[in-house]
Amino acid sequence: MKSRFETINLQIQDNIATLTLNRPESLNSINLLMHSELKSALKKISNSNVRAMVLQAKGRGFCSGQDLTERSSDEAPNLGVSLEERYNPLIQSIFNLSFPTVCAVNGVAAGAGVSLALCCDFILIDESTKFIPAFSKIGLVPDSGMTWLLPKIIGFTRAKLLMMLGESINAEQALNWGLAWQKHPKEELSNAACALVQQLVQMPTMSLSLIKHATLNSYTSTLEEQLDLERDMQQYCGRTNDYREGINAFLTKTKPVFKGK
Amino acid sequence: MLKTHKQNQTLIMTLNRPEVKNAINDNLLSMIANEICKANKDDSIKTIIIYGNEDFFAAGADIKELAQKGLFETINDPRVAYWQKINASKKPLLAAVNGFALGAGLELAMCCDIIIAGTNAKLGQPEINLGIIPGAGGSQRLLKAVGKSLAMQMVLSGKPINAKQALQHNLISEITCNTLTLNRAISIAEEINGKSISAVYLAKQAILNGLESGLTSAIKFERQSFISLSDSKDKQKLITRFLKK
Repeated sequence: MKSRFETINLQIQDNIATLTLNRPESLNSINLLMHSELKSALKKISNSNVRAMVLQAKGRGFCSGQDLTERSSDEAPNLGVSLEERYNPLIQSIFNLSFPTVCAVNGVAAGAGVSLALCCDFILIDESTKFIPAFSKIGLVPDSGMTWLLPKIIGFTRAKLLMMLGESINAEQALNWGLAWQKHPKEELSNAACALVQQLVQMPTMSLSLIKHATLNSYTSTLEEQLDLERDMQQYCGRTNDYREGINAFLTKTKPVFKGK
Repeated sequence: MLKTHKQNQTLIMTLNRPEVKNAINDNLLSMIANEICKANKDDSIKTIIIYGNEDFFAAGADIKELAQKGLFETINDPRVAYWQKINASKKPLLAAVNGFALGAGLELAMCCDIIIAGTNAKLGQPEINLGIIPGAGGSQRLLKAVGKSLAMQMVLSGKPINAKQALQHNLISEITCNTLTLNRAISIAEEINGKSISAVYLAKQAILNGLESGLTSAIKFERQSFISLSDSKDKQKLITRFLKK
């Protein structure tokens, strides 16, 4: 299933959603139209039995963040409204997807473009990738979840200092700091993202979704609470078809076919 | 519009109007009331769970229907009787809330004895956005649960609160991961199913009574209920078993 959008492309096939930012002429900066199209696309994705998603971008950069030509009026803008009505719901809807997400970051991700990548599970990069928090350089604070996600990914101090400086980190640093999962040559990035998502879509989707939740929950739970959560999740998983399939395949030494249920 | 199925001794009622996010029109409300009445007369059912789905519980009353009801229709609204039937349930009611429980949806959840919610729950009384106020106990049950300031904030601004806030302010008793919300409600219900029916019934009445009476008379009511159980077979059996350990 393909959908007609202007600033993005959405393709859903074989339980995989491929969401592509498509404003290469402006380095995929996020404008009002892109917000509304992303919202529609994500709604479609949620209703379409998707079990894995790739978020990628056309052109030489991943996403340069908010389209600043929409900020050029003299009046002080109400940025809070922009976050409340557009960015925050966007970030939440991607972060809360109940299947694995892979982000292929080609070139520069800046500002909210970094946040977009951070709310995906796997970040794949190439040698030209740069993450530029940028916000502090124009008198803002990092938004769209960056202040929450980045410290969890690269650690408190590195995140704080990087956000304060607003400067870029390159591909090597991103890989070393655990921000990026894998680095690939530029011409292979797209294929690598495809391959990873192919691997993920064949896994027991329910397990993956619960793993996401459980890992995050560990930040705010005690051991006892987390053990209780694992117990409840395991009880649930033990009743899924995928579990039975997994056990059978193991015992019969065949390859399991997981359906995500 | 309403699906029901029994799991052991628990009746699970699932609101099923997904195209309108389970908006509770008169028809659905009457079905809910009738099923609860029926379950109360069915000895094979001990607890009742009300659920929507993993994305929403119930997003309110049916606005189109509401738009048709002028003064006369509202005075003679059949909904009042349906709500009374729901509140008259002797058997414990549990609400498992994922996503939106707004307006009549939250009022329905608050009629239940126990509310547990998933992390995606959003609970609110947004009637003020339509120039009206909660009409089925929303403001009152909210006040009793969360206190004046938060009740005022919610009802006057119409803005919902999230699961974490709801837990902090005693509107709900537990938060779970969204996938497991219904399961958790079932677990709690099954724990209750294993207890003495008469004790469960009287404990529920004692607590509900406490919401209506002053402390002294409520304690008196509790004591009378306690006395009435002193010779019960269940008590004898369970205490004997306990002492034998």
